[in-house]
Amino acid sequence: MPDRESHKIEEGAARDGKTRALRVRALAALAHVHDPEIPVLTITDLGILREVRIEGESVEAVITPTYSGCPAMNMIAVEADLALERAGFSNRKITTVLSPAWTTDWMSDEGRAKLLKYGIAPPAHSSSRGVLFGKEALRCPHCGSAEVERISEFGSTACKALWRCKACREPFDQFKCI
Amino acid sequence: MSEDPLLLYTLRLADTALINGHRLSEWCGHAPVLEEELALANLALDLIGQARALYAYAGEIEGKGQGEDAFAYLRDVTAYRNLLMVERPNGDFAMTILRQFLLSAFMHPFWETMAGSTDATLSAIAAKAVKEIAYHLRHCGEWTVRLGDGTAESHRRMEEALAEEWPYTGELFETDEVERGLIASGVAVDPATLKGRFDATIDRVLGEATLARPRDGWMQTGGRHGRHSEHLGHVLAELQYLQRTYPGATW
Repeated sequence: MPDRESHKIEEGAARDGKTRALRVRALAALAHVHDPEIPVLTITDLGILREVRIEGESVEAVITPTYSGCPAMNMIAVEADLALERAGFSNRKITTVLSPAWTTDWMSDEGRAKLLKYGIAPPAHSSSRGVLFGKEALRCPHCGSAEVERISEFGSTACKALWRCKACREPFDQFKCI
Repeated sequence: MSEDPLLLYTLRLADTALINGHRLSEWCGHAPVLEEELALANLALDLIGQARALYAYAGEIEGKGQGEDAFAYLRDVTAYRNLLMVERPNGDFAMTILRQFLLSAFMHPFWETMAGSTDATLSAIAAKAVKEIAYHLRHCGEWTVRLGDGTAESHRRMEEALAEEWPYTGELFETDEVERGLIASGVAVDPATLKGRFDATIDRVLGEATLARPRDGWMQTGGRHGRHSEHLGHVLAELQYLQRTYPGATW
């Protein structure tokens, strides 16, 4: 009896170890999936990769859209599926969930740093703000000046607004806080 | 059309979002400045995204395997349940902005309340939508002030737009038998509870815009029951053209 018990435990530990290894492999593969509209950011940086589940040999990646109408979602799902296939997973599933609703607070610090370097002002840390006529503080990603003005609440993608720096005169995008 | 209350309720929301989004997308290539071109297209994108999620849910409720496209492309005018306000032609920029401001002033507290719905899917859709509508409200609110408190010409146009659009705001606060049960079970939002916040937003922005709030007179009604103006047929003719001409076409 004791022998069989310890055998069971060993088997369980081996299975746990294998699941962990598969999970690490899946996460590593998914960390190379980029946002097609902001190619410096990966889905991990953005915080839209919510979960990776391993069940035996199969993998399920759970993603969530930034905006309801984000046209990049289909592409991201396809890219994530391809990344997992390349990592050797033959049984894959990409699931999209709406809840909890994505917030820019989930963007990693590394992601914020990458955005800034790319010339896009990263979102402020807290997404709470007055709905009407709210003021926000941000700096020019090019020269760092706080002398900036908003040109438009909406930019080239759903997640960005258009700003201009009054010090260096350069226009820039801001990743909107939601 | 099925009278399942939850299906009908979901379709009313979905149809309003889709038709509103489609109308706004008509500004593409026609907006007064490039920034507004982008802004109106972005608003449309948010609304169409919300409509897609709602149609997908409608398909689940109905349980007949209909996807979002079937609801959007294969129903006729009388099956549509959107608010009359959103099917009206865009008019000039003042009209479009004012209409979107009125609607957003209602939809913002609506989605915020809906986020607490006992229906998990509607709650999830609402929690995303409320963040998007917050931007729509801010953008259109600022433009309402800019145009209302702008030149004599922009002020005149905003006054005209307000007079024309106001009779369509009554429909925002309508409820019927279908919804009362859903409100009682905490699935649907009782629009009467939003009136205070709607009024406060309208009064504050119109005040800053130096525009007088119209008195509530006779209100237009019918869209939520499938009785539409002639305009919706023209919207659908364009929106549904491809699927009607090439049934089942996909990307």
